[in-house]
Amino acid sequence: MADNAEILTGLAEIVEEVAGIDTAEVSADKSFVDDLDIDSLSMVEIAVQAEDKFGVKIPDEQLAELKTVGDAVDYISKNQ
Amino acid sequence: MKFSNPPALAGARILGLGSYQPDHVVTNHDLAQRVETDDQWIRDRVGIVERRIAPEDLSLVDMAVEAGSRAVKDSGLDTGDIDTVIVATCTMPNPIPNAAAQTADRVGIHASAAFDVNAACAGFCYALGTAADLVRAGTSKNTLVIGAEKLSDWVDWEDRSTCIIFADAAGAAVVGPAATEDEIGIGPVAWGSAGDIASTIRILGESTNKLHQEGQAVFRWATTKIAPVALEAIAKAGLTPADIDVLIPHQANLRIVEAVAKRLRAKGARQDMRVADDIVYSGNTSSASIPMAMDHMRTAGTIRSGELALLVGFGAGLSYAGQVVVCP
Ligand SMILES: CC(C)(COP(=O)(O)OP(=O)(O)OC[C@H]1O[C@@H](n2cnc3c(N)ncnc32)[C@H](O)[C@@H]1OP(=O)(O)O)[C@@H](O)C(=O)NCCC(=O)NCCS
Repeated sequence: MADNAEILTGLAEIVEEVAGIDTAEVSADKSFVDDLDIDSLSMVEIAVQAEDKFGVKIPDEQLAELKTVGDAVDYISKNQ
Repeated sequence: MKFSNPPALAGARILGLGSYQPDHVVTNHDLAQRVETDDQWIRDRVGIVERRIAPEDLSLVDMAVEAGSRAVKDSGLDTGDIDTVIVATCTMPNPIPNAAAQTADRVGIHASAAFDVNAACAGFCYALGTAADLVRAGTSKNTLVIGAEKLSDWVDWEDRSTCIIFADAAGAAVVGPAATEDEIGIGPVAWGSAGDIASTIRILGESTNKLHQEGQAVFRWATTKIAPVALEAIAKAGLTPADIDVLIPHQANLRIVEAVAKRLRAKGARQDMRVADDIVYSGNTSSASIPMAMDHMRTAGTIRSGELALLVGFGAGLSYAGQVVVCP
């Protein structure tokens, strides 16, 4: 079980790999779409990798609800 | 009583390629006149700059005949040497008559075995796998395989999430015998289906007769499930990912093509493996996309005779199929 700080670090690495955004930019308060400029298809790729890394399921309907990096960390933390 | 079968051969190979696209170009700017969209959005999300759309009086069979005739010419065979025609298509205007019999007749292949295969965007690889086995078993001397689609008939031109993607074309290959193991040019097919998520791409005759798609669900499926199919095709051929010179996935969306390439490279495919991007100027032409991309790449010199190409089709059904082939 990863704690929230570990989830954030792991998620930031995925975001960097998929969207080429520096891990330092990926903080809990950032919105994926508005701040990080990540589109819905990259979000799917991020979700797929997060599923593998953290052993969670992130269905498309759920994915649409995860607006900020913090939302994703919370969701992963509750469902891992 | 004892049945006799023709002797089986070592295998089959591709002898020739051909393709055909309508003349009429539709750019992203043209589409922006009809629906609320813009050039940059389409380039970013699907990688398409322009596509070809057939006029009303150019039928799916017309396109199939043109591509098929070009492939026969390229193969150096006479039409009389070909005894089987398979058309992969999911966009015929009516259920019967099929496309293959008319196409065969018009190409000049008379009284041939002729049937259609509907596995949507996986159709060409399904048909190629079938043709290779027909030839290897001695059922067919040479088979003409064509992927032909007139998607424009079925697209909802008011739906901006689909009308930006699909287009019209035909692509074809002639499959002939490989007498010895060294001559084999078509590897075993890796194929299957996922009918449990069939509804994610559909044309429902009883409602609107227009194509509907759950884009994100299809994207997720394609970016995760197709690379493993490609790897299975490589393994079945007794090869490794590093052997592949050119990757030719169905041209569904450039983002899917790139995601599949990335996954294959993570499994040992070469960094310098060339990857088909025919979608940029052709759009998504379903079963036509793979043979057309290979034909265009050969003309452009990005694939050469004798090189190994990994083909993998996927789409409605959901269906998928892939095989490694030697470029003719
Ligand atoms: C169809 C596809 C391009 C849609 O992209 P997407 O990112 O999933 O798009 P969404 O439906 O989530 O829409 C995202 C936003 O873009 C908008 N949008 C959709 N189409 C648009 C277009 N042509 N132009 C501009 N905006 C568009 C949506 O309305 C939505 O806006 P909103 O968030 O303000 O509501 C994409 O899902 C895709 O290509 N999937 C794979 C499909 C495929 O390859 N099919 C063939 C299989 S053989």
